[in-house]
Amino acid sequence: MSLWVDQYRPRSLEELHYHHELSNRLRSLASSGDFPHMLFYGPSGAGKKTRITCTLKKLFGPGVEKLKIDQRIFLSPSKRKLEVNIVQSNFHIEITPSEAGNYDRVVIQELLKEIAQTQQVDLNAKQRFKVVIINEADSLSRDAQAALRRTMEKYMSNMRIILCANSTSRLIAPIKSRCLLMRVAAPNAEDMQTVMQHVSKRVGFDLPPDVALKIIEDSGGNLRKAILCLEALKMQSPDLSGALTIAKPDWETYCHKVADLIISEQSPARVMEVRQKFYELLSHCIPPATILKTVADRVVERVDDAIKADVMHWAAIYEVRMRIGNKKIYHLEAWVVKVMSLYKHFFYGMDLTEFD
Amino acid sequence: MASFFKPQPQTAKSTPKHVVDPALQPWVEKYRPKTIDDVSAQDHTVAVLRKTLSSTNLPHMLFYGPPGTGKTSTILALARQLFGPDNFRNRVLELNASDERGITIVRDKIKNFARQTPRAQTVSSDGKEYPCPPYKIIILDEADSMTQDAQGALRRIMETYARITRFCLVCNYVTRIIEPLASRCSKFRFTPLDHSSSSSRLAHIASEEDIQIDDSVISALISTSAGDLRRAITYLQSAHRLSSSSEPPTLITPQDIQEIAGVVPDVVIHRFVQTLGVEVGTDMQVDVENKPGNAGFNRIRTEVREIIREGYSASQILLQVHDIVVSHPTLNAKQKSSCAIIFAEADKALCDGADEELWILEVALRVHKAVT
Repeated sequence: MSLWVDQYRPRSLEELHYHHELSNRLRSLASSGDFPHMLFYGPSGAGKKTRITCTLKKLFGPGVEKLKIDQRIFLSPSKRKLEVNIVQSNFHIEITPSEAGNYDRVVIQELLKEIAQTQQVDLNAKQRFKVVIINEADSLSRDAQAALRRTMEKYMSNMRIILCANSTSRLIAPIKSRCLLMRVAAPNAEDMQTVMQHVSKRVGFDLPPDVALKIIEDSGGNLRKAILCLEALKMQSPDLSGALTIAKPDWETYCHKVADLIISEQSPARVMEVRQKFYELLSHCIPPATILKTVADRVVERVDDAIKADVMHWAAIYEVRMRIGNKKIYHLEAWVVKVMSLYKHFFYGMDLTEFD
Repeated sequence: MASFFKPQPQTAKSTPKHVVDPALQPWVEKYRPKTIDDVSAQDHTVAVLRKTLSSTNLPHMLFYGPPGTGKTSTILALARQLFGPDNFRNRVLELNASDERGITIVRDKIKNFARQTPRAQTVSSDGKEYPCPPYKIIILDEADSMTQDAQGALRRIMETYARITRFCLVCNYVTRIIEPLASRCSKFRFTPLDHSSSSSRLAHIASEEDIQIDDSVISALISTSAGDLRRAITYLQSAHRLSSSSEPPTLITPQDIQEIAGVVPDVVIHRFVQTLGVEVGTDMQVDVENKPGNAGFNRIRTEVREIIREGYSASQILLQVHDIVVSHPTLNAKQKSSCAIIFAEADKALCDGADEELWILEVALRVHKAVT
């Protein structure tokens, strides 16, 4: 038995619940035979992937649902072996080049050229071209993006590329100008309500509106999270009544604990304690940017209005340093120390300008 | 059993597979200039190149300029005019960033190609005469993504085979080409297209494709694409696809273009900017709670979350807020310049891959502080 998220995922463009205008566009594009390269972007859990698979189905028919998973090995210029997982059907292929880290360019060059230079072999296929889906396109390196540029133009007759990204900021302009941009916004509360009602109806129970509202508020526009949450609640108490508490993930409570530590005392000993906790979080593979954001959000809730802006300011600064730098923990700690000193100085009413 | 041997009805013997249906071709390729006289704007460059066509003497060339200004188109058109369709294949080598261009390729492929002496052939199959000068052209597209080493290896090759080979480097940023290479080439700068030449080109394509568009759409195309003709043409084609495939076919509106280009709608941006305490155009009705100046931290944060949830790209938001602030009528110079610093920092951070929500919030908070 699979999760509700997968089980009740819409399979065709007609089943989609929200962004009807977008679905109409996709439908008309897919049936016109003149299909461009596309770039889907939007926050996570908004339904980008669902829309892509629905579009593919519209393009090629049910054949795209027969997936096979493959592992390909590429050789980097320095003869290192790179293993990349590939999901493919007869009509499309799906890759996540960022798996190959720095060598994503090699993957893009070799794989795309190979696909682009062979034509569709299946004569019964609805379309003459194959589709390449590139996930996490915003984490592609500059080189890999540059490698895409001319390939996208040259092999237009054999191949279409669908990029899937969280934001377009990190994509270079030449790529953006070659794609049709498709913005998938997060669903609003009403849309989420309908989807959740739909899911619960399919499962066969009634969803009380106040529970739905609570889940929606907690999920922050992430529909996947909302539905997972719904399923978890249902498991917890089958009749969905009484005082329901939406269980926060462990790491989130842990982050909140860190924030509380920072607020309650500001001393070197406390910094050491916080460091322990950060190491714990990092060793459980929580992305450092997420840690920083969650802790900062919590800290901001608890401090005075006057220093809220400053806390966020330093969070932003250290976040970008973390990206450029190598060792994440330094920057996390630096931020903690900064916040502690801000907080302390605020209490003793000292002027801080000389310490910047 | 007998039915098995019955002649099968001929099922869809389709047309030759290799021909691309012109209707499906991207317009960018379809309307690539065929001769250098077709190249829009870039008068200076075209004038110089036309002279080289008649004298058939060509220097090494370095084309640079922002994307979509016609660099690749110009050199391809020039090569085509010089050699004609027959010789084009064996006289021109085009390498771009999608090909491996490390130092080994420079040493082997480019050197081997540069070394060959071209065969003379004057009469072309289509009856026209082409100048067909006694040299070959190597086009290195997107040359700014070549490594320093590879560029270094090119230096001597360019000189040694100068008699029989000309190089044309095409790049966006001339500063990324090493100095010794740049000094061996005559440089041509491609400027962003001005309003009139882009609009005439777009109108030409629209009439060829039989689309009805009015001037407002063309100016929307030009303003969203900022001098990048390729982007404008792509947008036009996408908009046409969408409008023609809907039922019933509708006319293209400027709003369609904005949506395709990923521009944040003015309403959203204005509300956002107002929350930050910047007064915008008086033609919008300002409701009481949106009165600028009274926004606290929490309001700004909810506003930022809202806008990020809508999925707009941070750099686009930044760009549009910047446009509003910089051309704002009542903010004073000091406020504007401190805002400009913030925008610059945020842009750098976003380029480095920073978290979008954090940085939009940061920009919002600091702009709010600067203007109030």
